[in-house]
Amino acid sequence: MLGLIGESGAGKSTIGLSAMGYGRGGIELTGGEILLNGREIREASGRTLRSLRGAEVTYVAQSAAAAFNPAKCLMDQVVEASVSHGRATRAAAEARAVELFRKLGLPEPETFGSRYPHQVSGGQLQRAMTAMALCPEPDLVIFDEPTTALDVTTQLGVLSAIKAAIREQGVAALYITHDLAVVAQIADDIMVLRQGKTVEYGTTEQIITAPQEDYTRALVSVTAKAHEEKITDLPPVLEIEGLTARYRGMDRDVLSDINMAIQPGTTLAVVGESGSGKSTLARVITGLLPPVAGRITFDGRVLPAVRKRRTREDLRELQMVYQMADVAMNPRQTVGTIIGRPLRFYFGMKGREQRRRVIELLDQIELGEAFIDRYPAELSGGQKQRVCIARALAAKPRLIICDEVTSALDPLVAEGILKLLADLQAREQVSYLFITHDIATVRAIADTIAVMHLGKLVRYGTKSEVLAPPFDDYTDMLLKSVPEMRLGWMEEVTAR
Amino acid sequence: MNAYIAKLVAQRIALGLLLIFLVSIMIFLGTQILPGDVAQAILGQSATPESLANLREELGLNAPATERYFSWLTGILHGDLGTSLSNGRDIAGAISERLGNTLFLAAWAALISVPLAIILGLVSVLYRGRWPDKVISAATLSAISVPEFMMSYILMYYVAVQLGWAPSVAMLNDRMSLFEKLHAISLPVAVLVMVVLAHMMRMTRAALLNVMQSAYIETAELKGIRRSAVIWRHAFPNSIAPIVNVVMLNMAYLVVGVVVVEVVFVYPGMGQYLVDHVSKRDVPVVQACGLIFAAVYIFLNMVADIVSILANPRLRHPK
Repeated sequence: MLGLIGESGAGKSTIGLSAMGYGRGGIELTGGEILLNGREIREASGRTLRSLRGAEVTYVAQSAAAAFNPAKCLMDQVVEASVSHGRATRAAAEARAVELFRKLGLPEPETFGSRYPHQVSGGQLQRAMTAMALCPEPDLVIFDEPTTALDVTTQLGVLSAIKAAIREQGVAALYITHDLAVVAQIADDIMVLRQGKTVEYGTTEQIITAPQEDYTRALVSVTAKAHEEKITDLPPVLEIEGLTARYRGMDRDVLSDINMAIQPGTTLAVVGESGSGKSTLARVITGLLPPVAGRITFDGRVLPAVRKRRTREDLRELQMVYQMADVAMNPRQTVGTIIGRPLRFYFGMKGREQRRRVIELLDQIELGEAFIDRYPAELSGGQKQRVCIARALAAKPRLIICDEVTSALDPLVAEGILKLLADLQAREQVSYLFITHDIATVRAIADTIAVMHLGKLVRYGTKSEVLAPPFDDYTDMLLKSVPEMRLGWMEEVTAR
Repeated sequence: MNAYIAKLVAQRIALGLLLIFLVSIMIFLGTQILPGDVAQAILGQSATPESLANLREELGLNAPATERYFSWLTGILHGDLGTSLSNGRDIAGAISERLGNTLFLAAWAALISVPLAIILGLVSVLYRGRWPDKVISAATLSAISVPEFMMSYILMYYVAVQLGWAPSVAMLNDRMSLFEKLHAISLPVAVLVMVVLAHMMRMTRAALLNVMQSAYIETAELKGIRRSAVIWRHAFPNSIAPIVNVVMLNMAYLVVGVVVVEVVFVYPGMGQYLVDHVSKRDVPVVQACGLIFAAVYIFLNMVADIVSILANPRLRHPK
């Protein structure tokens, strides 16, 4: 198995799809050779390519949830390629699919195929997609970020299932990811890509233990940073007591009896998997979802539960930065307008005064005056997130809620954003409530940590307390599931 | 069928009934607001205060509006649509024959246009941006751009008068065989097909193209499946809801919007009947026609909603 690693835009997916003679979004393969089983396929006819796809080479997509047809049951889709290429009869293909479901650890393998995509979980869908790719007995499987959209604990299971299945079937695989720690567990060789060029190509062991290029070295060491924990005895800026919340029409609490506090100038990291209630917590604090019970105290005063009853001052002191920077900005407004709006709304700043302050903020986020007239579409992912941070900062808040702000970014870019947030905190004494599912990010930024699971607070304390044993079961599993940048880690974890 | 779907479908049917009830109130009120009353309309110039009073008494117009509304409504529920003012005939009897003719025309137009529109939509997606797509779009759009009466006269002139292939006047009677009837209505059916085809075909094409952007279409293509099979097996089942909606809107149009075509071809349908009686200010007939047209509209849209509910895999197969 060859691992392809690089940032978004490095050309990983393009290489993966070109192995199937497929160019996404009208991309053209203008030169070079692609040999599949010794046959050149770059200039092969559509008919030849169709006979190879789904037969000799198959594909596992990043988001299995989107890659399965919602209107058809899983079995129909898993056996479709085998049957339509005439590689097996429907009955034989179904028998093989059931066998693969069993090997990939899917529940009730005999009847699993009769379910529809929306009836199974994300991790199960990703396994089903692997079964779909292996069903026609291909010679090569392309895995395109198959675990990126999964929670860490789910990722571990899917990853080891893929590895075992690939070994057993004896097929070759191309594994595409941006997470070096993940690919280190599963690949035999690794190729590092950057901006469409090969940076380094070698065995997994050589890339992880003795990287030759600066870029590879930066990737290997990116998660190694930790930040010094700050503890103050100042009265908390935000205090949450007995908070319970549920969505209308649901019969269970999404949050139950949550207690936590944030000291001025510190960072509280809220960690948990999808469905743990972390984003709901942000919605309750900002007043978008009034709680069923509990109290939110901000700077010594109790905040009204409903956003409409909060004063402009309440709103100003509590700002928010979102995961998806590109949808959190109006694409028709320039950076200057986007950052200028809170200045005008909260401080009545206009004209030259506003422009001066916008430039000041742009300098703080290390972008500078040149960006003021650009539109969001002209910015990279990291730059967009910086503009969102500047927009939050413009209100001079006491607390910024950061909801998975680095999850959609490449590791080196995310590292830059975390560093910026730390610098801003040191300078402005702003507090962060940092929502994330990534333990490495927590290590890099948190002073206190709250671990959430199924709407409950399972562990809460300073970083050194929370990340030191003895652990409760959930935190233990969460910490153990985070891929580590060394060989053989996955075997160690799954052996236990 | 599970309980949740049954509940949704029942809700939709209940909503349809409520809508018809509300529409009946609006139709009744609408005719009440018109200046003058039925008695005046009947007597016209020859009205004297005494004859007006007598006729009002005879027609029951002196009763309060609510009472008259409910007696009208109970009559309808018993299949009695009242009597025509202009010729004293029973409206239900006259309408049932006319409605049958209109539905006959609409059904054949739908039977031809709906599959044709969907097939043309599928073909134009299969050959997107190439000549078959362009020819289909150009042809259907030019057909819809010509007013229906114009199209009717053009066909009448060339097909009926010059070539003599079909009658220019679509007369029906009971002694005709099915084939003779179809021959008689061939021109109006052709016009109606041309009118509704473009809309349905364009929506089918748009709905399919929308679905063709999905990741699961790429998955299917990467399985090496033929493009026509990808469209038919993977894209079409996911675009049924929007397609059914536009199909039903056009079927409703085929029933209630054919007035012009019926008049041009002197076809004995509802449209002709309505136009005749509007000009005679025959209020009970207009009310009855209005209610039937509204019911057809509401019924077809209800069918569209129910099909959309049944086509949704999330509802059909709950967790």
